[in-house]
Amino acid sequence: MYGENDMNHDSTPDAVGGVATSTSRTIGVLAIVTMTWVVVSGLFFTPADANQGDAVRIMYVHVPTAWIAYLAFIVTGVASLTWLLKKTPSLVLDRVAGASAEVGVLFMAMTLVSGSLWGRLTWGTYWVWDPRLTTTAFLFVTYVGYLAVRGLGGSPQQRAQRSAIIASLAVLEIPLVHFSVVMWRSLHQSASILRPDGDVKMDGLMLFTLFSGVFAFTFTFIWLVMHRQRLLMMRDIVIEKGLEVAIRERQIERSGFDK
Amino acid sequence: MKSKSTLRVARIVAAKDLRIEMHSRVVTNQVVPFAALVMVMFAFALDDDSMLERVAGGLVWLATLFSLFIIIQRSFAIETADGALDSLRVAGVDPAGLFLGKAAALVIQLLILESTLIGGAIVLYRVQVQPTSLVLLVTCMLLATLGLSFVGTIFGGLVAGVRGRETLLPLLLLPAIAPVLIGATKATEAAFGISGMVSSEGWPWVGLLAVFAAVFGVGGLSAFGPLIEE
Repeated sequence: MYGENDMNHDSTPDAVGGVATSTSRTIGVLAIVTMTWVVVSGLFFTPADANQGDAVRIMYVHVPTAWIAYLAFIVTGVASLTWLLKKTPSLVLDRVAGASAEVGVLFMAMTLVSGSLWGRLTWGTYWVWDPRLTTTAFLFVTYVGYLAVRGLGGSPQQRAQRSAIIASLAVLEIPLVHFSVVMWRSLHQSASILRPDGDVKMDGLMLFTLFSGVFAFTFTFIWLVMHRQRLLMMRDIVIEKGLEVAIRERQIERSGFDK
Repeated sequence: MKSKSTLRVARIVAAKDLRIEMHSRVVTNQVVPFAALVMVMFAFALDDDSMLERVAGGLVWLATLFSLFIIIQRSFAIETADGALDSLRVAGVDPAGLFLGKAAALVIQLLILESTLIGGAIVLYRVQVQPTSLVLLVTCMLLATLGLSFVGTIFGGLVAGVRGRETLLPLLLLPAIAPVLIGATKATEAAFGISGMVSSEGWPWVGLLAVFAAVFGVGGLSAFGPLIEE
Protein backbone atom coordinates (compact mmCIF):
# COMPACT_ATOMS: atom_id res chain seq x y z
CA MET A 1 0.00 0.00 0.00
CA TYR A 2 2.74 2.49 0.86
CA GLY A 3 5.70 3.52 -1.23
CA GLU A 4 8.30 1.69 0.78
CA ASN A 5 11.19 2.03 -1.65
CA ASP A 6 11.10 5.73 -2.18
CA MET A 7 13.97 6.26 0.17
CA ASN A 8 16.40 4.82 -2.39
CA HIS A 9 15.60 7.39 -5.03
CA ASP A 10 17.82 10.07 -6.44
CA SER A 11 17.15 12.45 -3.58
CA THR A 12 19.39 10.33 -1.37
CA PRO A 13 22.28 12.55 -0.37
CA ASP A 14 25.73 11.19 -0.88
CA ALA A 15 27.41 10.04 2.29
CA VAL A 16 30.40 12.39 1.92
CA GLY A 17 28.46 15.61 1.37
CA GLY A 18 26.17 15.18 4.40
CA VAL A 19 22.62 16.39 3.91
CA ALA A 20 23.42 19.57 1.99
CA THR A 21 22.86 20.08 -1.73
CA SER A 22 23.67 23.09 -3.88
CA THR A 23 20.05 24.25 -3.58
CA SER A 24 20.01 24.07 0.19
CA ARG A 25 23.41 25.79 0.34
CA THR A 26 22.09 28.67 -1.77
CA ILE A 27 19.03 28.99 0.45
CA GLY A 28 21.22 28.83 3.53
CA VAL A 29 23.41 31.68 2.25
CA LEU A 30 20.29 33.73 1.41
CA ALA A 31 18.98 33.07 4.93
CA ILE A 32 22.23 34.26 6.53
CA VAL A 33 22.41 37.40 4.38
CA THR A 34 18.77 38.44 4.89
CA MET A 35 18.86 37.60 8.59
CA THR A 36 22.00 39.67 9.10
CA TRP A 37 20.31 42.59 7.36
CA VAL A 38 17.21 42.24 9.55
CA VAL A 39 19.32 42.19 12.73
CA VAL A 40 21.42 45.20 11.74
CA SER A 41 18.54 47.21 10.31
CA GLY A 42 16.11 46.23 13.06
CA LEU A 43 18.49 47.14 15.85
CA PHE A 44 20.39 50.11 14.43
CA PHE A 45 18.94 51.61 11.24
CA THR A 46 15.21 51.72 11.94
CA PRO A 47 13.87 54.42 14.28
CA ALA A 48 12.17 53.74 17.61
CA ASP A 49 8.39 54.02 17.56
CA ALA A 50 6.79 57.18 18.95
CA ASN A 51 4.51 55.23 21.30
CA GLN A 52 6.24 51.92 21.81
CA GLY A 53 9.84 53.08 21.85
CA ASP A 54 12.45 50.41 21.25
CA ALA A 55 9.90 47.65 21.94
CA VAL A 56 8.72 47.97 18.37
CA ARG A 57 11.92 46.25 17.26
CA ILE A 58 10.54 42.98 18.61
CA MET A 59 8.05 43.13 15.74
CA TYR A 60 10.79 42.32 13.20
CA VAL A 61 11.09 38.87 14.77
CA HIS A 62 7.60 38.39 16.16
CA VAL A 63 5.56 38.93 13.00
CA PRO A 64 7.72 36.85 10.62
CA THR A 65 7.98 33.90 13.04
CA ALA A 66 4.21 33.95 13.56
CA TRP A 67 3.50 33.93 9.83
CA ILE A 68 6.04 31.24 9.07
CA ALA A 69 4.79 29.09 11.94
CA TYR A 70 1.28 29.24 10.48
CA LEU A 71 2.74 28.45 7.05
CA ALA A 72 4.62 25.50 8.56
CA PHE A 73 1.44 24.04 10.07
CA ILE A 74 -0.37 24.50 6.76
CA VAL A 75 2.46 22.58 5.05
CA THR A 76 2.13 19.82 7.66
CA GLY A 77 -1.64 19.67 7.21
CA VAL A 78 -1.48 19.56 3.40
CA ALA A 79 1.30 16.95 3.36
CA SER A 80 -0.60 14.79 5.89
CA LEU A 81 -3.91 14.98 4.05
CA THR A 82 -2.11 14.14 0.79
CA TRP A 83 -0.54 11.12 2.47
CA LEU A 84 -3.96 9.90 3.58
CA LEU A 85 -5.67 10.53 0.24
CA LYS A 86 -3.06 9.06 -2.10
CA LYS A 87 -3.15 5.34 -2.80
CA THR A 88 0.62 4.92 -2.80
CA PRO A 89 1.94 7.92 -0.92
CA SER A 90 5.63 8.60 -0.68
CA LEU A 91 7.30 8.77 2.73
CA VAL A 92 8.72 12.11 1.63
CA LEU A 93 5.28 13.56 2.42
CA ASP A 94 5.45 12.28 5.97
CA ARG A 95 8.97 13.54 6.49
CA VAL A 96 8.15 16.97 5.10
CA ALA A 97 5.09 17.08 7.40
CA GLY A 98 7.22 16.15 10.40
CA ALA A 99 10.10 18.50 9.58
CA SER A 100 7.70 21.35 8.93
CA ALA A 101 5.88 20.77 12.22
CA GLU A 102 9.18 20.76 14.11
CA VAL A 103 10.20 24.10 12.65
CA GLY A 104 6.64 25.39 13.14
CA VAL A 105 6.71 24.54 16.85
CA LEU A 106 10.09 26.24 17.19
CA PHE A 107 8.90 29.39 15.42
CA MET A 108 5.62 29.42 17.32
CA ALA A 109 7.55 29.25 20.60
CA MET A 110 9.59 32.23 19.41
CA THR A 111 6.35 34.02 18.51
CA LEU A 112 4.82 33.40 21.93
CA VAL A 113 7.95 34.42 23.82
CA SER A 114 8.62 37.55 21.72
CA GLY A 115 4.92 38.44 21.80
CA SER A 116 4.61 38.22 25.56
CA LEU A 117 7.79 40.26 26.05
CA TRP A 118 6.39 42.88 23.70
CA GLY A 119 3.07 42.73 25.55
CA ARG A 120 4.81 43.30 28.87
CA LEU A 121 6.54 46.39 27.53
CA THR A 122 3.58 47.81 25.62
CA TRP A 123 0.45 46.54 27.39
CA GLY A 124 2.04 46.10 30.79
CA THR A 125 1.10 42.41 30.84
CA TYR A 126 2.62 39.23 29.46
CA TRP A 127 -0.65 37.74 28.34
CA VAL A 128 -4.21 38.73 27.47
CA TRP A 129 -7.00 36.25 26.76
CA ASP A 130 -7.49 37.50 23.27
CA PRO A 131 -8.94 34.86 20.89
CA ARG A 132 -6.01 35.11 18.54
CA LEU A 133 -3.45 34.67 21.30
CA THR A 134 -5.37 31.81 22.86
CA THR A 135 -5.75 29.98 19.56
CA THR A 136 -2.04 30.45 18.90
CA ALA A 137 -1.20 28.92 22.26
CA PHE A 138 -3.48 25.96 21.49
CA LEU A 139 -1.90 25.56 18.08
CA PHE A 140 1.48 25.36 19.78
CA VAL A 141 0.38 22.73 22.29
CA THR A 142 -1.43 20.71 19.62
CA TYR A 143 1.68 20.45 17.48
CA VAL A 144 3.84 19.64 20.50
CA GLY A 145 1.45 16.68 20.90
CA TYR A 146 1.78 15.88 17.21
CA LEU A 147 5.56 15.74 17.56
CA ALA A 148 5.16 13.45 20.58
CA VAL A 149 3.03 11.11 18.45
CA ARG A 150 5.73 11.12 15.78
CA GLY A 151 8.18 9.92 18.41
CA LEU A 152 6.09 6.91 19.42
CA GLY A 153 8.23 4.51 17.41
CA GLY A 154 7.29 1.71 15.06
CA SER A 155 8.10 1.47 11.37
CA PRO A 156 8.27 4.60 9.18
CA GLN A 157 4.94 3.57 7.62
CA GLN A 158 3.26 3.24 11.01
CA ARG A 159 4.64 6.60 12.07
CA ALA A 160 3.48 8.21 8.83
CA GLN A 161 -0.04 6.79 9.08
CA ARG A 162 -0.48 7.70 12.75
CA SER A 163 0.90 11.19 12.48
CA ALA A 164 -1.00 11.95 9.27
CA ILE A 165 -4.26 11.14 11.07
CA ILE A 166 -3.29 13.29 14.06
CA ALA A 167 -2.35 16.19 11.79
CA SER A 168 -5.68 15.85 9.97
CA LEU A 169 -7.56 15.83 13.29
CA ALA A 170 -5.67 19.00 14.19
CA VAL A 171 -7.00 20.56 11.00
CA LEU A 172 -10.52 19.82 12.34
CA GLU A 173 -9.65 20.82 15.86
CA ILE A 174 -8.05 24.23 15.36
CA PRO A 175 -11.08 25.97 13.77
CA LEU A 176 -13.30 24.53 16.52
CA VAL A 177 -10.95 25.79 19.22
CA HIS A 178 -10.71 29.20 17.58
CA PHE A 179 -14.47 29.44 17.14
CA SER A 180 -15.18 28.46 20.73
CA VAL A 181 -12.59 30.88 22.10
CA VAL A 182 -14.06 33.70 20.01
CA MET A 183 -17.52 32.83 21.37
CA TRP A 184 -16.11 32.61 24.90
CA ARG A 185 -14.44 36.02 24.66
CA SER A 186 -17.39 37.73 23.01
CA LEU A 187 -19.26 37.62 26.29
CA HIS A 188 -16.64 39.65 28.08
CA GLN A 189 -15.92 43.29 27.52
CA SER A 190 -13.51 43.67 24.67
CA ALA A 191 -9.93 44.37 25.58
CA SER A 192 -9.50 48.11 25.86
CA ILE A 193 -5.79 47.95 25.32
CA LEU A 194 -3.82 48.57 22.21
CA ARG A 195 -4.47 45.99 19.53
CA PRO A 196 -1.34 44.13 18.40
CA ASP A 197 -1.60 45.55 14.90
CA GLY A 198 -3.21 48.78 16.00
CA ASP A 199 -1.63 52.16 15.64
CA VAL A 200 1.87 51.26 14.70
CA LYS A 201 2.89 53.96 12.26
CA MET A 202 5.51 52.55 10.01
CA ASP A 203 7.97 54.42 7.91
CA GLY A 204 9.39 52.90 4.76
CA LEU A 205 12.49 51.41 6.31
CA MET A 206 10.50 49.77 9.10
CA LEU A 207 8.19 48.16 6.60
CA PHE A 208 11.11 47.08 4.46
CA THR A 209 12.85 45.56 7.48
CA LEU A 210 9.66 43.75 8.45
CA PHE A 211 9.32 42.23 5.00
CA SER A 212 13.02 41.38 4.97
CA GLY A 213 12.29 39.53 8.20
CA VAL A 214 9.55 37.55 6.47
CA PHE A 215 12.00 36.58 3.72
CA ALA A 216 14.78 35.81 6.21
CA PHE A 217 12.58 33.50 8.24
CA THR A 218 11.08 31.91 5.12
CA PHE A 219 14.57 31.03 3.85
CA THR A 220 15.49 29.74 7.30
CA PHE A 221 12.30 27.66 7.36
CA ILE A 222 12.95 26.12 3.94
CA TRP A 223 16.58 25.46 4.79
CA LEU A 224 15.71 23.81 8.10
CA VAL A 225 12.91 21.71 6.59
CA MET A 226 15.16 20.49 3.75
CA HIS A 227 17.85 19.45 6.18
CA ARG A 228 15.49 17.88 8.67
CA GLN A 229 13.68 16.01 5.92
CA ARG A 230 16.93 14.52 4.70
CA LEU A 231 18.06 13.66 8.21
CA LEU A 232 14.76 11.92 8.84
CA MET A 233 15.20 10.03 5.59
CA MET A 234 18.64 8.84 6.69
CA ARG A 235 17.19 7.75 10.01
CA ASP A 236 14.49 5.78 8.16
CA ILE A 237 17.18 4.15 6.02
CA VAL A 238 19.03 3.09 9.16
CA ILE A 239 15.82 1.57 10.58
CA GLU A 240 15.03 -0.29 7.34
CA LYS A 241 18.62 -1.45 6.85
CA GLY A 242 18.74 -2.62 10.44
CA LEU A 243 15.65 -4.73 9.80
CA GLU A 244 17.11 -6.20 6.61
CA VAL A 245 20.33 -7.10 8.39
CA ALA A 246 18.37 -8.76 11.18
CA ILE A 247 16.28 -10.77 8.72
CA ARG A 248 19.40 -11.86 6.83
CA GLU A 249 21.07 -12.95 10.05
CA ARG A 250 18.04 -15.06 11.02
CA GLN A 251 18.01 -16.61 7.52
CA ILE A 252 21.67 -17.50 7.82
CA GLU A 253 20.98 -18.95 11.24
CA ARG A 254 18.10 -21.02 9.84
CA SER A 255 20.09 -22.29 6.86
CA GLY A 256 22.70 -23.37 9.41
CA PHE A 257 20.07 -25.39 11.27
CA ASP A 258 18.64 -26.89 8.05
CA LYS A 259 22.03 -28.36 7.19
CA MET B 1 -26.11 -4.32 5.22
CA LYS B 2 -22.82 -2.87 6.41
CA SER B 3 -24.41 -0.26 8.65
CA LYS B 4 -26.45 -3.03 10.25
CA SER B 5 -23.36 -5.06 11.10
CA THR B 6 -21.59 -1.90 12.28
CA LEU B 7 -24.35 -1.26 14.78
CA ARG B 8 -24.34 -4.88 15.85
CA VAL B 9 -20.59 -4.77 16.50
CA ALA B 10 -21.07 -1.48 18.36
CA ARG B 11 -23.76 -3.03 20.58
CA ILE B 12 -21.67 -6.09 21.36
CA VAL B 13 -18.53 -4.06 22.13
CA ALA B 14 -20.45 -1.61 24.33
CA ALA B 15 -22.20 -4.45 26.18
CA LYS B 16 -18.85 -6.18 26.72
CA ASP B 17 -17.25 -3.03 28.14
CA LEU B 18 -20.19 -2.38 30.44
CA ARG B 19 -20.22 -6.00 31.59
CA ILE B 20 -16.53 -5.74 32.47
CA GLU B 21 -17.33 -2.56 34.41
CA MET B 22 -20.23 -4.27 36.21
CA HIS B 23 -17.84 -6.96 37.40
CA SER B 24 -14.80 -4.82 38.16
CA ARG B 25 -16.61 -1.69 39.40
CA VAL B 26 -13.60 0.48 38.59
CA VAL B 27 -15.62 3.52 37.57
CA THR B 28 -18.15 3.38 40.39
CA ASN B 29 -15.70 2.43 43.14
CA GLN B 30 -12.63 4.37 42.07
CA VAL B 31 -13.23 7.02 39.42
CA VAL B 32 -16.43 8.52 40.84
CA PRO B 33 -14.93 8.81 44.35
CA PHE B 34 -11.82 10.34 42.80
CA ALA B 35 -13.90 12.96 40.97
CA ALA B 36 -15.86 13.71 44.16
CA LEU B 37 -12.55 14.22 45.97
CA VAL B 38 -11.45 16.63 43.27
CA MET B 39 -14.63 18.63 43.93
CA VAL B 40 -13.71 18.81 47.63
CA MET B 41 -10.16 19.83 46.74
CA PHE B 42 -11.50 22.66 44.59
CA ALA B 43 -13.39 23.91 47.65
CA PHE B 44 -10.15 23.86 49.68
CA ALA B 45 -8.28 25.69 46.91
CA LEU B 46 -10.88 28.40 46.29
CA ASP B 47 -11.97 28.75 49.91
CA ASP B 48 -14.89 31.08 49.26
CA ASP B 49 -18.56 30.02 49.16
CA SER B 50 -19.76 32.65 46.72
CA MET B 51 -16.75 32.03 44.48
CA LEU B 52 -17.52 28.29 44.49
CA GLU B 53 -21.08 28.94 43.42
CA ARG B 54 -19.88 31.27 40.69
CA VAL B 55 -17.43 28.76 39.16
CA ALA B 56 -19.35 25.56 39.95
CA GLY B 57 -20.16 24.82 36.29
CA GLY B 58 -16.51 24.95 35.28
CA LEU B 59 -15.43 22.84 38.24
CA VAL B 60 -17.93 20.11 37.40
CA TRP B 61 -16.55 19.85 33.89
CA LEU B 62 -12.92 20.11 34.98
CA ALA B 63 -13.45 17.22 37.37
CA THR B 64 -15.09 15.34 34.49
CA LEU B 65 -12.09 15.94 32.23
CA PHE B 66 -9.63 14.73 34.87
CA SER B 67 -11.70 11.59 35.32
CA LEU B 68 -12.04 11.17 31.57
CA PHE B 69 -8.31 10.45 31.26
CA ILE B 70 -8.58 7.65 33.79
CA ILE B 71 -11.70 6.17 32.22
CA ILE B 72 -10.15 6.17 28.75
CA GLN B 73 -6.92 4.60 29.98
CA ARG B 74 -9.05 1.94 31.61
CA SER B 75 -11.22 1.47 28.52
CA PHE B 76 -8.20 0.72 26.35
CA ALA B 77 -6.23 -1.12 29.01
CA ILE B 78 -8.85 -3.86 28.74
CA GLU B 79 -8.32 -4.00 24.99
CA THR B 80 -4.54 -4.17 25.06
CA ALA B 81 -4.09 -6.39 28.12
CA ASP B 82 -4.22 -9.71 26.27
CA GLY B 83 -3.81 -8.33 22.79
CA ALA B 84 -7.61 -8.12 22.56
CA LEU B 85 -7.48 -5.20 20.16
CA ASP B 86 -5.15 -7.13 17.86
CA SER B 87 -7.47 -10.14 17.96
CA LEU B 88 -10.46 -7.99 17.07
CA ARG B 89 -8.56 -6.51 14.17
CA VAL B 90 -7.35 -9.86 12.92
CA ALA B 91 -10.90 -11.20 13.20
CA GLY B 92 -11.96 -8.49 10.77
CA VAL B 93 -14.27 -6.71 13.18
CA ASP B 94 -15.61 -3.51 11.62
CA PRO B 95 -13.48 -0.67 13.09
CA ALA B 96 -16.37 1.81 12.80
CA GLY B 97 -18.48 -0.52 14.95
CA LEU B 98 -15.62 -0.89 17.40
CA PHE B 99 -15.31 2.92 17.58
CA LEU B 100 -19.04 3.39 18.19
CA GLY B 101 -19.13 0.61 20.76
CA LYS B 102 -16.19 1.90 22.77
CA ALA B 103 -17.62 5.42 22.62
CA ALA B 104 -21.10 4.25 23.68
CA ALA B 105 -19.71 2.50 26.75
CA LEU B 106 -17.79 5.66 27.61
CA VAL B 107 -20.95 7.76 27.21
CA ILE B 108 -22.81 5.70 29.79
CA GLN B 109 -19.95 5.72 32.28
CA LEU B 110 -19.39 9.46 31.85
CA LEU B 111 -23.09 10.24 32.27
CA ILE B 112 -23.11 8.42 35.60
CA LEU B 113 -20.02 10.35 36.64
CA GLU B 114 -21.42 13.74 35.53
CA SER B 115 -24.74 13.16 37.30
CA THR B 116 -22.86 12.46 40.51
CA LEU B 117 -20.74 15.58 40.07
CA ILE B 118 -23.72 17.82 39.38
CA GLY B 119 -25.37 16.36 42.46
CA GLY B 120 -22.13 17.16 44.29
CA ALA B 121 -22.21 20.75 43.04
CA ILE B 122 -25.78 21.14 44.29
CA VAL B 123 -24.84 19.82 47.72
CA LEU B 124 -21.32 21.22 48.14
CA TYR B 125 -21.36 24.40 46.07
CA ARG B 126 -25.02 25.30 46.75
CA VAL B 127 -26.01 25.78 43.13
CA GLN B 128 -29.65 25.38 42.13
CA VAL B 129 -31.21 23.86 39.05
CA GLN B 130 -34.60 25.27 38.17
CA PRO B 131 -37.02 22.76 36.63
CA THR B 132 -37.16 24.95 33.51
CA SER B 133 -33.41 24.59 33.06
CA LEU B 134 -33.45 20.81 33.25
CA VAL B 135 -33.85 20.36 29.50
CA LEU B 136 -30.84 22.59 28.87
CA LEU B 137 -28.74 20.78 31.45
CA VAL B 138 -29.59 17.31 30.18
CA THR B 139 -29.03 18.24 26.51
CA CYS B 140 -25.72 19.86 27.42
CA MET B 141 -24.63 16.76 29.32
CA LEU B 142 -25.60 14.42 26.49
CA LEU B 143 -23.87 16.38 23.73
CA ALA B 144 -20.77 17.20 25.76
CA THR B 145 -20.48 13.54 26.74
CA LEU B 146 -20.83 12.43 23.12
CA GLY B 147 -18.07 14.81 22.06
CA LEU B 148 -15.79 13.76 24.91
CA SER B 149 -16.39 10.09 24.19
CA PHE B 150 -15.69 10.40 20.47
CA VAL B 151 -12.45 12.34 20.94
CA GLY B 152 -11.46 10.15 23.87
CA THR B 153 -11.98 6.98 21.83
CA ILE B 154 -9.93 8.34 18.91
CA PHE B 155 -6.95 9.29 21.06
CA GLY B 156 -7.35 6.31 23.37
CA GLY B 157 -7.18 4.02 20.32
CA LEU B 158 -4.15 5.89 19.06
CA VAL B 159 -2.09 5.52 22.22
CA ALA B 160 -3.37 2.04 23.12
CA GLY B 161 -0.44 -0.30 23.58
CA VAL B 162 2.12 2.47 23.26
CA ARG B 163 4.79 3.03 25.87
CA GLY B 164 4.30 6.24 27.82
CA ARG B 165 0.59 6.47 26.97
CA GLU B 166 -0.39 7.65 30.45
CA THR B 167 1.46 10.91 29.94
CA LEU B 168 0.81 11.28 26.23
CA LEU B 169 -2.99 10.99 26.43
CA PRO B 170 -3.64 14.19 28.42
CA LEU B 171 -1.24 16.13 26.19
CA LEU B 172 -3.15 15.12 23.08
CA LEU B 173 -6.62 15.18 24.58
CA LEU B 174 -6.70 18.46 26.52
CA PRO B 175 -6.20 20.86 23.61
CA ALA B 176 -8.72 18.90 21.55
CA ILE B 177 -11.46 18.98 24.18
CA ALA B 178 -11.02 22.64 25.16
CA PRO B 179 -14.14 23.61 23.16
CA VAL B 180 -16.17 21.09 25.19
CA LEU B 181 -14.91 22.58 28.45
CA ILE B 182 -15.82 26.09 27.28
CA GLY B 183 -19.22 25.14 25.83
CA ALA B 184 -20.33 22.80 28.58
CA THR B 185 -19.22 25.19 31.31
CA LYS B 186 -21.19 28.08 29.82
CA ALA B 187 -24.29 25.99 29.21
CA THR B 188 -24.14 24.52 32.72
CA GLU B 189 -23.70 27.99 34.24
CA ALA B 190 -26.79 29.10 32.35
CA ALA B 191 -28.69 26.08 33.67
CA PHE B 192 -27.51 26.86 37.21
CA GLY B 193 -28.64 30.47 36.70
CA ILE B 194 -25.26 31.83 37.75
CA SER B 195 -24.83 35.63 37.81
CA GLY B 196 -28.34 36.13 36.56
CA MET B 197 -27.96 33.99 33.44
CA VAL B 198 -31.16 32.54 32.02
CA SER B 199 -31.36 29.16 30.37
CA SER B 200 -31.89 30.63 26.90
CA GLU B 201 -28.33 31.98 27.11
CA GLY B 202 -27.07 28.42 27.30
CA TRP B 203 -28.43 27.15 24.00
CA PRO B 204 -25.79 28.71 21.67
CA TRP B 205 -23.21 26.79 23.70
CA VAL B 206 -25.21 23.60 23.28
CA GLY B 207 -24.98 24.30 19.54
CA LEU B 208 -21.20 24.44 19.84
CA LEU B 209 -21.23 21.10 21.67
CA ALA B 210 -23.41 19.58 18.93
CA VAL B 211 -21.05 20.75 16.18
CA PHE B 212 -18.09 19.38 18.12
CA ALA B 213 -19.73 15.99 18.64
CA ALA B 214 -20.75 15.77 14.98
CA VAL B 215 -17.29 16.69 13.67
CA PHE B 216 -15.43 14.22 15.84
CA GLY B 217 -18.09 11.54 15.42
CA VAL B 218 -17.61 11.61 11.66
CA GLY B 219 -13.85 12.03 12.08
CA GLY B 220 -13.67 9.03 14.40
CA LEU B 221 -15.79 6.79 12.17
CA SER B 222 -13.44 7.36 9.26
CA ALA B 223 -10.15 7.58 11.17
CA PHE B 224 -10.46 4.78 13.71
CA GLY B 225 -9.81 1.95 11.25
CA PRO B 226 -6.58 3.37 9.82
CA LEU B 227 -5.56 4.48 13.31
CA ILE B 228 -5.57 1.06 14.95
CA GLU B 229 -4.47 -0.74 11.79
CA GLU B 230 -0.79 -1.10 12.52
